[in-house]
Amino acid sequence: MTEQKLSIREAINQALDEALRTDPRVFLLGEDLADPAAGVNAVTRGLATAYGTDRVMNTPISEAAILGAAVGASMEGYLPVAEIMIMDFIGIAMDQIVNHAAKLRYMSGGRTTCPITVRTSVFAGTGSGGTHSQSLEAWFMHVPGIKVVYPSTPADAKGLLLSSIFDPDPVLFMEASRLYALKGPVPEGDGIRIPIGKADVKRAGRDVTIISYGLAMSQSLEAAKILAADGIEAEVVDLRTLLPLDMETVLASVAKTRRAVVAHSATTVAGPGAEVAAQISAKLFHELAEPVQRVGAKFTPIPSRASEAAVTLSTGDIVAAARKTMGAVRV
Amino acid sequence: MTVTDTGAVGLGRDQLTTLYETMCTAAALDTRLLNGIKRGEFATVTWPSRGQEAIPAALGLALRPDDRLVTTYRGLHDHVAKGVPLTEIIGEVLGTSVGASKGKGGTMHISDPAHGVMMTTGIVGSGVPVAVGLALAAQKQGGDRVTVVTFGDGATNTGSFHEGVNLAATWKLPVVFLCQNNLYAEMTPVEETMAIQHVADRAIGVGMVGVTVDGNDPVATYRVIKEAVDRARAGGGPTLVEAVTFRFEGHYAGDSAKYIPAEQLAEMREYDPMVTFPVTLLDSGFTRAELDAIKAAAEQAVEEAVRTVLAAPAPDLAEIQLDVYADGLVVTHD
Repeated sequence: MTEQKLSIREAINQALDEALRTDPRVFLLGEDLADPAAGVNAVTRGLATAYGTDRVMNTPISEAAILGAAVGASMEGYLPVAEIMIMDFIGIAMDQIVNHAAKLRYMSGGRTTCPITVRTSVFAGTGSGGTHSQSLEAWFMHVPGIKVVYPSTPADAKGLLLSSIFDPDPVLFMEASRLYALKGPVPEGDGIRIPIGKADVKRAGRDVTIISYGLAMSQSLEAAKILAADGIEAEVVDLRTLLPLDMETVLASVAKTRRAVVAHSATTVAGPGAEVAAQISAKLFHELAEPVQRVGAKFTPIPSRASEAAVTLSTGDIVAAARKTMGAVRV
Repeated sequence: MTVTDTGAVGLGRDQLTTLYETMCTAAALDTRLLNGIKRGEFATVTWPSRGQEAIPAALGLALRPDDRLVTTYRGLHDHVAKGVPLTEIIGEVLGTSVGASKGKGGTMHISDPAHGVMMTTGIVGSGVPVAVGLALAAQKQGGDRVTVVTFGDGATNTGSFHEGVNLAATWKLPVVFLCQNNLYAEMTPVEETMAIQHVADRAIGVGMVGVTVDGNDPVATYRVIKEAVDRARAGGGPTLVEAVTFRFEGHYAGDSAKYIPAEQLAEMREYDPMVTFPVTLLDSGFTRAELDAIKAAAEQAVEEAVRTVLAAPAPDLAEIQLDVYADGLVVTHD
């Protein structure tokens, strides 16, 4: 299979292009999506020109209406891909996702369903402050009926987005704005999918497992390099999907390394790492050499610009947590 | 079908019969459920709409079977009007296996796509954007199907309502926003929550037609809804219809409704459609015996459905973790 080198932005654009081209049920809606603006994140560039503004629909600034419209259209057989420009704005549309999209199948006894995809971007790292920087995946992991996907590489982004669009359930698809320009190999051609609910070992190692996803993945891989310089070989597991969690892959890795660090951009307090750490502890308590460590953002709103880095996850946090799990002596 | 013009009201005999049948079934359903709860025959939650029967009856007459409906927790009358079988409605209200959602939805979440009832919501205002999406799908499909969303006066104060109506007006979607203004948002009178007198005036702000009609008059309400439905079907975009009515019971079964002044209650009794419409029908040539027969048949149908539901098995507990995800996925921490 031939490969191309794409940024995550280009990979997502390719996935949307393939979905629009191959299935008339797919349409996009959101703020500023159509050309020439093509959105704050420029992810949808060229798509309205190629497919028309009835497939790539500009909406008013009305997040509840965007998601409500997606929910309603999906109940009639469409596969809408709705964009919430920046994740912090999703609160306005929370009712449509949490009370409706997630529960329609259940509350109708399977008579109706809601195969929407909600694309949203985490703006952390842009210095935009407390209402434009949050990583809110834990909100959604608490809701039965939806799936939560957060890729960290261009290939994963493309394959997971296509899986999300054609998944029969509602999917929240997270994109980190700081990762949009990240380049990587992506297989060429249509029909290439990454399954939802399968984690991926991004780096093999024997001493400690670093479990991460999304924006924090590149920091985790950096941390692994720093640790390697000290002779500590970290295995890095990319969850890729947060709901459902692929604990099988996580547990297999931790059973081998006996040490685990969960790292994410979301707050450590009640963050996704709490669920992962609790499951590891419950299932591998007797295998663990040290307690599972969790690292993430401090429990404050995100301050703007200069102080942002002081509260968000750093590579150093992951390295320190991994060293802590190594204990005094390795046995 | 023989349609005879009945003079004063201008509707055919069959249409008038349909209106009254729906009203009687809706009223009988409400009353039967309330009585069953009061005497301890079963325990459940309902949000009564006794007094509002004329509006759903008019709506049912104005819609085609393939038209879509989104309604609210106070929507049992709407379900009746759209043709959802009584056993499915009552089965869901009482949470048994014969309910529309196998007993997993409850009173506030009844859906029946076969009859066009796509969603019932317990979140005030949130059905509006979903109806907009159903209408968007109809527009994309290029047919002439219409979506109606019903809600109370309180819903028109939510952000979801304002976002939804604006989007529908902007995109000229085939949807009718039907406000059943019963003068109380839960327990608060309408004048305490709005500075405007007519909910329909909210249409002006988004560039859409708004109409207020006497919601206790099923014929007048039918005409207004029909005009809005025809406009939507013809590509003329959405309409906000405000049908003004009254709720004779509390917000929920068990709410004593002390907040409704006795004088208002007494005055509104005079406009109760279950009292006034039979007078219209008698003036239009129906006999008292005919009207009594329609009412008795409705009550009997409700009673039979209640009996069927009470005899039905409880929901299968093995079902409880099904339908969360399409592929039978069960997420646990085990």
